[in-house]
Amino acid sequence: MQVPAQFAYEKAATVDEALALLARHGPESLVIAGGHSLLPMMKLRLAEPSTLVDINGLAELAHIRVAGDEVRFGALVRHAALLASPVAREHFPILTDAERVIADPIVRNRGTVGGSLCQADPSEDLSAAFSALRASVVIRSAGGERVVPVREFHRGPYETAVEHGELLVEVRVPIRPGIGSAYLKVERRAGDWAVASAGAVISLEGDTVRDVGIGLSAVGAPHFVAPEAEDALRGGPATDEAFAAAGRVAAEHCSPSADQRGPVDYKRHLVSELVTRTLRQATARARGED
Amino acid sequence: MQITVTVNGAPTTRDVEPRLLLTHFLRDELRLTGTHWGCDTTNCGACVVRLDGVPVKSCTVLAVMADGAAVDTVEGLAHGAELDPVQEGFVTCHGLQCGFCTPGMLMTTRALLDREPDPSPATIREAISGQICRCTGYENIVRSVRWAAEKQHTAEVAP
Repeated sequence: MQVPAQFAYEKAATVDEALALLARHGPESLVIAGGHSLLPMMKLRLAEPSTLVDINGLAELAHIRVAGDEVRFGALVRHAALLASPVAREHFPILTDAERVIADPIVRNRGTVGGSLCQADPSEDLSAAFSALRASVVIRSAGGERVVPVREFHRGPYETAVEHGELLVEVRVPIRPGIGSAYLKVERRAGDWAVASAGAVISLEGDTVRDVGIGLSAVGAPHFVAPEAEDALRGGPATDEAFAAAGRVAAEHCSPSADQRGPVDYKRHLVSELVTRTLRQATARARGED
Repeated sequence: MQITVTVNGAPTTRDVEPRLLLTHFLRDELRLTGTHWGCDTTNCGACVVRLDGVPVKSCTVLAVMADGAAVDTVEGLAHGAELDPVQEGFVTCHGLQCGFCTPGMLMTTRALLDREPDPSPATIREAISGQICRCTGYENIVRSVRWAAEKQHTAEVAP
C-alpha cells in the first residue's frame, strides 16, 4: 500500500486566499488541483510537501471564454471540459485532438489544464499543443500578475517559471483567423504517455506558409517546440514535400532518449512522420477541407 | 481533521488524517468494501466512485478533498431489492467473471448512461477505456451496458 508522508491540508476558496496560504506555509507547501500527478508522486515519496493547498474550490479559474482576440482558459479547467469545449474545437482543434489522447476519460474528469502545464512532465501533451499555438500563461502572486509566453514557461523537466508563492491562473491563446491546427500522438496502449507526439498550427497566404508553430512532446525538444522546422517552412510553399522536409528537420534537432517506449531512431522516425502528418492535417483544416 | 461526506445520500462525519485516500476512507472507515482497491496507481479503475456525480479514481483523491461533497459507491446503486439496470445488464449478459473490476465498471457506465442514454458500442468502449478487466471480458461488458440502455429505454416508453 502506497501512503503519502504526513502533511497539513488547507482548502482555498479564492486565488487571494490560496496565495496567502502558500505565503503562510512557506516553500515546502504545494498547490494541489486534480492531484493526478502530485498524489502519485507523494505516494512514492518523490514529493513530501509540508502542506497542501487545495485549489479545487476556485470556481473563478474554471472558465473557457473568448475575450477580444484571444481565448482564455482558466487553470482549473478539467481535461474533460477542454475536450468537450465547442470554443476550443472551433478555434483550436489541436487542443481537442490532444485532449482525446491524454490519459483516460476518468483521469480527464479530474486532471486540470494548469496542473498539467505546471507539472511540466517532458512527455506532457498540452505543453506541446500550447507551445505550437504560442499561448501565454498568466501567473499571479501577492504582488500582482505577470504574463509569460508559454515558450518561456518551461525551464526543464518538472521545472517552470512559477515560483513559490505564485499561482498559474490562466492560459491565453491568440485567435488568428484562417489558421488550421492538429495534434497526433503515438502511444503503446490507450491512455499511456506518448512514445512521441507532435502538434502543428499553420496560417496560409494562398499556397504560402505565412506562419507556423510546431510542438513536440516526449522527445527532448527544448520548450516543447521545433523552431528549426518552423524556420524551414515559414515563407515557403505549403506542399507535402515541404512538410516532409520540415518533419526531417524536426527529427534531426530533437533529442529523444532510448527507454522502454522505444529506441532513439524509432522516436526520430515518429517525429518526422507525425510532424508531416499534423502539418498536412492543419493545412487541410486551414483550407476548410477537414 | 473532521470531514463530512454525503455517502450514498447519507451525510457521514469522520475524523481523518489528510493523507487518507478516498478509497481507504470508504473501505476502512466506512466498511464499504464494494469499492475495490486495485493498482493504487490510477490505472486500473477498480476504485471508481462518483464524486458529485463525476466518476473519479478514488485511489488518487484524498478523503479530505471530498469534504462537503457527495460520493456515490456501488453500494448505492440498487434501490432496495431492485437492481439498477446496469447491474441487471451485467448479470444477464455475463458482464463479469472474477468481478474485481465490476464495481468501477458499474459506476462508470451508470454515469455514462446518465449522460448519454443510448451510447454506441464505440462510446461505451471509450468510456471504460480507463478501466482494466483482467479477465478480458470486455465484449460482455459492452453488451451488458447496451442491455441496460435498452432496458431503460423500454422502461421509459412503457405506459
